[in-house]
Amino acid sequence: MTTTAVQFTNVSRHYGTVKAVDDVSITIADGEFFSMLGPSGSGKTTCLRLIAGFEQPTSGSILIHGKEAAGLPPYERDVNTVFQDYALFPHMNILDNVAYGLMVKGVGKKERYKEAEAALGMVALGDFGGRTPGQMSGGQRQRVALARALVNRPRVLLLDEPLGALDLKLREQMQTELKTLQRKLGITFIYVTHDQGEALSMSDRVAVFNKGKIEQVDSPRNLYTKPATPFVADFVGTSNVIEGELAQVITGAAQAFSVRPEHIHFAQPASADHLGTQGTLIDVHYHGATSRFEIKAATGQLLAVTISNRDAEDPTLPRPGDAVALSWARQAMVPLSAGTR
Amino acid sequence: MHSEQKPSLLLKLAAWGGLVFLHFPIFVVVLYAFNTEESAFSFPLQGFTLHWFADAFGRQDMLSAVWLSVKVATMATILAMVLGTLAAGALYRKDFFGKESITLMLILPIALPGIITGIALLSAIKMANLDPNFWTIAIGHATFCVVIVYNNVIARFRRTSFSLIEASMDLGADGWQTFRYVVLPQIATALLAGAILAFALSFDEIIVTTFTAGQERTLPIWLLNQLGRPRDVPITNVVAMMIMLMTAIPIFGAWYLTRGTENTAGASK
Amino acid sequence: MTMAATLPVTAPVVTARKGGPLRAVSSFLYRRSTLYLLLLLTPPLLWFGVVYLGSLLALLSQSFYTFDDFTMGVTPDFTLANYKALFTDAANYDIVLRTLGMAACVSIASAILAFPIAYYMARYATGWRKGFFYVAVMLPMWASYIVKVYSWTVILAKGGIVYWMIGKLGLTHALEAVLALPVVGGNSLSTSNLGRFLVFTYIWLPFMILPIQASIERIPANLLQASADLGARPQQTFRTVILPLAIPGVVAGSIFTFSLTLGDFIIPQLVGPSGLFIGTMVYTMQGSIGNIPMAAAFTVVPVVIIGVYLAIAKRLGAFDAL
Repeated sequence: MTTTAVQFTNVSRHYGTVKAVDDVSITIADGEFFSMLGPSGSGKTTCLRLIAGFEQPTSGSILIHGKEAAGLPPYERDVNTVFQDYALFPHMNILDNVAYGLMVKGVGKKERYKEAEAALGMVALGDFGGRTPGQMSGGQRQRVALARALVNRPRVLLLDEPLGALDLKLREQMQTELKTLQRKLGITFIYVTHDQGEALSMSDRVAVFNKGKIEQVDSPRNLYTKPATPFVADFVGTSNVIEGELAQVITGAAQAFSVRPEHIHFAQPASADHLGTQGTLIDVHYHGATSRFEIKAATGQLLAVTISNRDAEDPTLPRPGDAVALSWARQAMVPLSAGTR
Repeated sequence: MHSEQKPSLLLKLAAWGGLVFLHFPIFVVVLYAFNTEESAFSFPLQGFTLHWFADAFGRQDMLSAVWLSVKVATMATILAMVLGTLAAGALYRKDFFGKESITLMLILPIALPGIITGIALLSAIKMANLDPNFWTIAIGHATFCVVIVYNNVIARFRRTSFSLIEASMDLGADGWQTFRYVVLPQIATALLAGAILAFALSFDEIIVTTFTAGQERTLPIWLLNQLGRPRDVPITNVVAMMIMLMTAIPIFGAWYLTRGTENTAGASK
Repeated sequence: MTMAATLPVTAPVVTARKGGPLRAVSSFLYRRSTLYLLLLLTPPLLWFGVVYLGSLLALLSQSFYTFDDFTMGVTPDFTLANYKALFTDAANYDIVLRTLGMAACVSIASAILAFPIAYYMARYATGWRKGFFYVAVMLPMWASYIVKVYSWTVILAKGGIVYWMIGKLGLTHALEAVLALPVVGGNSLSTSNLGRFLVFTYIWLPFMILPIQASIERIPANLLQASADLGARPQQTFRTVILPLAIPGVVAGSIFTFSLTLGDFIIPQLVGPSGLFIGTMVYTMQGSIGNIPMAAAFTVVPVVIIGVYLAIAKRLGAFDAL
């Protein structure tokens, strides 16, 4: 039986006329790795801050483990946060930083240091307790922030773009470790990011935010293969969103749909299962494993096609300026609803 | 902003010459404190003596002026620390209607000529039928010391990430605990620097004090009176040097406490 | 470097949290952030509202009180006589002009002396020199005002250091010639306007250095590189980029030099000729005569002058350089 960790019902947070969060409803299950994905200003961080208690909703209800949280200050909530800038206390050493939550709850010195040592050991920083935050690298600080939150045994851990400041290699390593940690601890992780790759690789489910609203909540695979709206199709991976006049020309209906660039081939539609259009190749971008072709359709819309590169250059591929025919299978098309634009 | 080029000789000369100009009178005060001559300022000095130091410390009126100045500065500093910190805590983050006016009001006592603050306080004292005393001096001093503490503390607040406060609350600390364990340690050195400067400012103030002191004599007022007594010149010289030293040391302290920060203490007096 | 999840996730370490009235107050204020803000602001607002603004209002109202020349007493009867006297007495215009002239000269001289120091501090002083210059400007600024003024009376006295040095340089005649000039001159250095000007300039100089230094410091280095890159010679860069951007600092500094000169009544007493300044006028009115109403009316003059000055300074962007 799965229980509910966090439940938003018609939650809004307005600042004057700006609707940072606009009528959002979500249910996050206990033990889930849940990501909130979206561009900056889309409302994902505000949602996280609403759960933490740094912000209060303008309207709506937020239940944390079945208890109404609106009006509760952060220190009365069973959730802990890993901050984007880590927010380690610069005037305390690492051990005191990690023991802080236990200290303010009145846990004795001996016991809280024991717990803090254990938490530091968990993030492989057992020997660093005596250092100050200033003496740690970015990656190490990130681990300390994690240990400082987890030592309180929260039932929900909130992570606000925790890997944003790290370099690519370290970020990828930390993604794996965070995922492993979450599995082992079994607590709910709510993870805010603008990096779709990060969200897809770590999460059980992802909510895609746009302009204060949720466009789609789904598993990573479904988000990619069955985007519900043009925004999701475009934001999660890259996609050709075809609508309006061009959609009319191709399918005979104005219904918008998307096709992933890797599903399009340079060919005339071979059968009734295939659809296609014509255009002019404008440019080719080399990306190592793949090349990306930019085509201008007859209606003026730009379309992208991704082709895997072989060892040698393929002489049959078109060159910029060539007229090309594009084709894709009917099942590669995903119909889209309007969404928030 | 730094230049890769070398400064021209003229610029170097003007800059270092300016520094010499700034320190010349201070040097003279120190020099004359050891002068043997009794009632003139003739140069070169006649001889070297420590004799006047003993004389100066035997002067009861001088010692009681020092004691009054210390008491006034301490009281003014404590009041300024409380009021300045409260104002900084309220004003550093949120924007609200009237914020600009409040900031202006805090700055006004040092932006307007001291004589206005002084005579305004005096007329209020007269209207309230009070006699000028220790408290009227201290209250006047506190009024223009608030902005010194406020400037130092708000600069530190602005440099401190607000997420530290959120992190503390997130980890279970309520508002009081957060103040005690996170906010206070963060602002401590800035608060101390502000307090030192406020103390120095109060200890040295004469313009406003002239109006609010009545018959009381703070050290600067005592010194001003001394200038009308040619026979006391050696003692005046010694006390002048001591005052100089007493205000110089805190400046080093305040600078040391806030060095390496953008808004260094004391940049505005 | 891998993380091992060894924290046993059983019950939280502490389930029962501290209650108590303090925490209740904290939570109450957390929910009402406006009330919290108001509570923080109340003590300083009360203080400034009652003590400071209250005093200024008291001052303003006293300027309409009646001063009896015979009994030398003040009665709270409304009169405009003080303001009438202020604007009709020709001697008052002399006082205002004398003070304004000095304030203007002092501001200009401070700016000229301060600029090279500030420029050197901002652009060339690095490492220990930076800290050294900073403290070296702060120290005289914060050193006791009355002691500094006293020191100058010692320096400028007849037979003192300046006279000795000028004598050694064989310039005694030149000094006498300067002192014989009208307006700037006088019997001796310490009773001349020249001496008073020198002391004023010295005392307020640090207040000019720091704002200029701050405004030059804020000029981004790439702006100068861009200027050099576009072909400007160093002097051109200085004239077309640095100088205009340093002007707000100069104006900010001049607010101090102006305001402080207008309100000072100690330097005009101790150094220079006998003519009254605004400060000495106010001081004498309330002190030896006890005519607080007239003194109060007179303070309107510096307030208005500084008000106008601040309005101009704000236009010139000086407030960002404060």
